[in-house]
Amino acid sequence: MKIHEYQAKEILDKGGVPVPKGVLAKAHEEAAAAASELGGSVVVKAQVHAGGRGKAGGIRLVATPEEAGIAASELIGSSLVTHQTGPEGVPIRSVLVEEALEVDRELYVGMVIDGSTGGVVVMASEAGGMDIEEVAEQTPEKIVRIAIDPVLGLLPYQARKIAYSLNVASDQVRTVAAMMSKLYDLFLSHDCSLIEINPLVVTKDGRLLAADAKLNFDDDAMYRHRDLAELYDPEQEDPLEAEAGKFGVSYVRLDGDVGCMVNGAGLAMATMDVTFAAGTAPANFLDVGGGADEEKIAEALRIILSDRNVAKILINIFGGILRCDVVARGAVIAAERAENGMPPMVVRMLGTNADEGRRLLETSSLDVTLVDDLNQAAQAIKALA
Amino acid sequence: MSILVDRNTRLLVQGITGKEGSYHAARCREYGTNLVAGVTPGKGGQVFDGDVPVYDSVERAVDETGANASLIFVPPPFAADAIVESVDAGIPVIATITEGVPVKDSINVVRYLQGKDVTAIGPNCPGIISPGEECKMGIMPGAMHKPGRVGIVSRSGTLTYEAVGQLTGLGIGQSTSVGIGGDPVNGTSFVDVLELFNDDPETDCVVFIGEIGGTKEQEAAEYIGSNEFTKPVAALIVGRSAPPGRRMGHAGAIITGKAARADEKIKALERAGANIIPSPAAIGVTVQQVLP
Repeated sequence: MKIHEYQAKEILDKGGVPVPKGVLAKAHEEAAAAASELGGSVVVKAQVHAGGRGKAGGIRLVATPEEAGIAASELIGSSLVTHQTGPEGVPIRSVLVEEALEVDRELYVGMVIDGSTGGVVVMASEAGGMDIEEVAEQTPEKIVRIAIDPVLGLLPYQARKIAYSLNVASDQVRTVAAMMSKLYDLFLSHDCSLIEINPLVVTKDGRLLAADAKLNFDDDAMYRHRDLAELYDPEQEDPLEAEAGKFGVSYVRLDGDVGCMVNGAGLAMATMDVTFAAGTAPANFLDVGGGADEEKIAEALRIILSDRNVAKILINIFGGILRCDVVARGAVIAAERAENGMPPMVVRMLGTNADEGRRLLETSSLDVTLVDDLNQAAQAIKALA
Repeated sequence: MSILVDRNTRLLVQGITGKEGSYHAARCREYGTNLVAGVTPGKGGQVFDGDVPVYDSVERAVDETGANASLIFVPPPFAADAIVESVDAGIPVIATITEGVPVKDSINVVRYLQGKDVTAIGPNCPGIISPGEECKMGIMPGAMHKPGRVGIVSRSGTLTYEAVGQLTGLGIGQSTSVGIGGDPVNGTSFVDVLELFNDDPETDCVVFIGEIGGTKEQEAAEYIGSNEFTKPVAALIVGRSAPPGRRMGHAGAIITGKAARADEKIKALERAGANIIPSPAAIGVTVQQVLP
C-alpha cells in the first residue's frame, strides 16, 4: 500500500527522523498562509502517489506567499501526468508547502525487502535526487547495499558504514547512523515493504533532512495496522483496479485491446505473453483467484469491459476448485448485463466440469471460439484482429 | 523415485477442520496419499473423513501417528506459528499453501529455518506431488499428472498445472512437481529443489518456470550453469509483456529494476545452458526435444 509524502513525513517525524518544516494545504489560501508562516520562500509539492512529480511540474519552488497561492491553485483540482501514471494522470487534492532548503548535497537512503537474502536490505548512495533505478543500472558501484539479519537488526557498524559511504562530515556520521537505526525501526514497526528517502538533503548549514519520503506498506500485514490502513487513498489508484480489489480480483490495467480473464497469477502472465507473441496486446492482467462464484466471474468481466479499449476477450481457465461451468454461467450473466454487448470471445477451459462449461457457452448466444490449448488460443485471438 | 514426497510420506494437515483444509485433505487422500493426522488447536479428539484423528498440537500428532510431512492451510496471521510448530515437532517436509502471509513473518521463519535440515515450501504455493508414488501434498488437480521422469519446479500454481497438462498431453510423465510459491520471501528456494532433482536418479530433466520480479531466477541460473548440476533444463520465464512497476498478482511479481525483467532472467538462463521455452504454449514440445 502506498501513502502520500506528507503522511510518510508525519511517520518519520514521529519516529525521530528530521523532515523539513511543512504544512499540508487543501486550498490556495491555506497554501499562501502556510508560505508566510514558513518565511515566504517555499516549495509547493503536489500530493500524489505517483513518482516523477518534479519532471511533470508537480513541484514548484516559489519566492513569496502570493506565488505559493498561485502554484497551489494551479495544482489543486488538476491531474498530474507523470511517467508512472496513465495518460489521464492522478488527481491532486492537496499540496505540501515546505520550507525551501539551502541544499549542499543530495543523498539517497532506502530499505527494501530482498528475496535473495530473505530479509531487509539497506541501500545508500551519494547520487541522491536521481531515479535510483537509473543509478543502479548505469553506475551500480555508486550504491552500497547491506543485508540486515532479522535477529541482530541493523548493527551500529552497518549504520556507520552507510554514513561513511555517503562521505558525510565526520561530525555527521553519528547523526546519519542514528537516522538509519530509526528508519530500520520504523520499517519493522510499520510492516513496510519499502522506505526511500530521496533525496536526503545536507543543507548548507549542516542539517540532515528527509526532503522527500516514500513509504510503502505490506498489504498482507494491514490487518495488524488498522491506523495505517486508514491512510489508504483509493483516488490515487486506477478506479478499475480499486474496484476489482473489492471483489477479491487481482486486476492491472494495460494498454492493449485483448481483455484477459485467467485464474492464477502465473497463468495470467503466461496468457498475456501468449497474446503478445501473437502480435496482439493484452488490455489487462486479471487473476480471478480461487473459489470464484458466478457473480465474481460476471463482475470480473464487467471490469474488463469497463476498459473502452477492449475489443475481444480471452478466457483461460484451469478448473480446480473453480469450476468451468461456473465460469461459463458467469460469462453469460456478464453478457446479459453488458450495455454495449459482449465482444467476441476466445475460451479455453480445462479441468473441473470443462465439458459442461463448453456446452453452456456453445449453446449460448455469445460469439465464442472454443479452443483446446494456448497455441490455438493465440491463433484464434489473432484471427479476431 | 521422486523427491520430497513418496509412498513413505505420512501426511499431517494443519488447519484440517477449515473449509480449504478439509477439502484438500480429502483430495490428497483420494489421490493415494497416506493422510495420518490433522491438527487444529481446540479441535483435538475429532475425527476427519471417517478415521483420521485430529489433534490439538503437531507434537502430539507426530508422537501418535509418526507424521513426517505437514501441509498447512491455517489463516495468514497464524501461518508463521504453524510452520515453526511443525519444524519444532521434527517434521522434515512442510508445504504452506496459505496466501497473504505478512512478509515480515516469512523473513523471521526463513531465518529460523537456517541451519535446520527442513524443507519448507511456500507460503503461497500449490505444494508437491509425486505421481509415480501416488503422493500428493498440495492443491493441484491430481488426475492430470502422469508418472514419469521429468521434474518441475515453479513459482506459480496454475502455470505449473499448464506445464503438467502439456507434458501429460504428449505422453511425458513427471517424477515430482514442486511449486515454491509466489511471495518475495519464501522457504525452500529454486536452488534447493534443483539440487534434489540433480541427486534423484529417476529424474532425467527439469522444467524450470520463473517469472518477473526479484533475482531468484538468476541464482537458479548460476547453479544450473555450474559443474555440479548435470541435468538438462527447459526454462520458461513469464511476464515478458508486463510493464515495470506494476505488481502482477503474486506479491513478488513486480519489475523493480533491470534484473527483475523477463529478458534479463532469460539471458541468465541461456548463459547457464538452459533450453529456453519460447512461449508458455511450448512447454511440452521443448521438453520433448530436451529429453535425453
